[in-house]
Amino acid sequence: MLKFPIYLDNNATTPMDPRVLEAMIPYFTEHFGNAASRNHPFGWQAEEAVDYAREQVAQLIGADPKEIIFTSGATEGDNLAIKGVYEMYASKGNHIITATTEHKAVLDTCKHIEKLGGEVTYLQVKPDGLIDLTELEAAIKPTTILIAIMYANNEIGVIQPVKEISTIAKKHGVLFFTDAVQAVGKIPVDVQKDGIDIMAFTAHKMYGPKGIGALYVRRKNPRVKVTAQMDGGGHERGMRSGTLNVPGIVGFGKACELARLDMEADAKRLSVLRDKLENALLQIEEAYVNGNREHRLPHVANISFKHVEGEGLLMGFNKNIALSSGSACTSASLEPSYVLKALGLGDDLAHSSLRFGLGRFTTEEQIDYTIEQISNTVHKLREMSPLWEMYKEGIDLNSIEWAHH
Amino acid sequence: MAYSEKVIDHYTNPKNVGTLDKSSKKVGTGLVGAPECGDVMRLQIEVDDATGVITDAKFKTFGCGSAIASSSLATEWLKGRTIDEAVTIDNMDLVEELNLPPVKIHCSVLAEDAIKAAINDYRVKNGLEELAFEEKGVH
Repeated sequence: MLKFPIYLDNNATTPMDPRVLEAMIPYFTEHFGNAASRNHPFGWQAEEAVDYAREQVAQLIGADPKEIIFTSGATEGDNLAIKGVYEMYASKGNHIITATTEHKAVLDTCKHIEKLGGEVTYLQVKPDGLIDLTELEAAIKPTTILIAIMYANNEIGVIQPVKEISTIAKKHGVLFFTDAVQAVGKIPVDVQKDGIDIMAFTAHKMYGPKGIGALYVRRKNPRVKVTAQMDGGGHERGMRSGTLNVPGIVGFGKACELARLDMEADAKRLSVLRDKLENALLQIEEAYVNGNREHRLPHVANISFKHVEGEGLLMGFNKNIALSSGSACTSASLEPSYVLKALGLGDDLAHSSLRFGLGRFTTEEQIDYTIEQISNTVHKLREMSPLWEMYKEGIDLNSIEWAHH
Repeated sequence: MAYSEKVIDHYTNPKNVGTLDKSSKKVGTGLVGAPECGDVMRLQIEVDDATGVITDAKFKTFGCGSAIASSSLATEWLKGRTIDEAVTIDNMDLVEELNLPPVKIHCSVLAEDAIKAAINDYRVKNGLEELAFEEKGVH
């Protein structure tokens, strides 16, 4: 039996795995101690739990536990990494390289850096969403201190060539930071093999709790330091003050352990379901996949249905299926997704897109239902769409002088 | 953001979806909006030239639920009115009837623009001068 609503927005957040919740519960009531209380059993217990979780988190990404700095989430991690490097390496330079398809937490932090007097290069991406490595290398100058490129994109799931980026960064003595929120726990991420210097990730995108994340900060080859962005008790090797969120950290650790054990099977199963969904929806006339299909997260698909508007499309089934769209009809700006626009998609196609994020609890039955609902709604709305009618009559929509408002 | 009952009703059972013969002298067509902006409305009226009464109205809309509902409701309101009465339909009447939130007001503006464009198209076809409308400037 299908239970509604169906959740296919796992790039936004994931439900918590019941095993994670179970691990967390004692740390709210019984073991409530402050991990920084060094002189009594309550503190010792909390510290022990944090140490264990730190190992679980480190193990998932091939890091040393000492290299894990707990944060409140990836937005904080992005801020700490970029602002922290900018401050710490000020004597070396002030130039940062990033890409136009980064998350707002990276882009807006970079804008902040520019206000502080720093210089930022925003690389354009290719039509498939990948950055051009030659352009990246050409953008490096003597003052470059950081390359900030995400591991996998939240809207289209495209995976950047992280190893190649880190090789270039190393060659020029530049630090490499990656926002790996969508990748960690979903695909193998190894900070050693990938050559990552700093990496932000978060628990709630991998079946853990909200409000807890981590920043990986390399300790060897090279030893990296970031300037703390909050003053206080000097927790987390002085890089992030604030009493540790012990239950959150315990949950994050458990989520990392589960991801390490389940990742391969989850990814395999989800890529089969994703492909089924995608192939069925591509049977619809004038439907297109956005982004590179090969270098892509196994559980993500982003598809545009030409001549129907995304939010209108969602309305056809959003009581029963939770999805997101690149259409920005709900936002005040009325601007469609900047990520899709960066791929060179016209605004019309960006407005017509749906993002599917499958997850650990997605079933085939749910996918079958979703295919049916979307196909029906696309057809229904096209019957109502003046653009579809013109397209069918062979009118070139670009030849019309639209009244841009 | 939750949709109002009325928006959902118009979206689920849109009234007067379709196409009138745009080459007919009795038919006025208004095509407003732009694909880049995420909404395009085409609203058509058929007018009885003896009485000036709108005998039929049809729409097709590319856009969100509120845009579809605004145009669907507009066609309902147009039928049976004279074109002089139709000119007075204000976007805020649509907003009120559909309980549109502030971010969706532009949908109602577009519907009002479509009505006016359709009326002007009819007028020009029938040798009358275009009416000048002031810009709403909400979008």
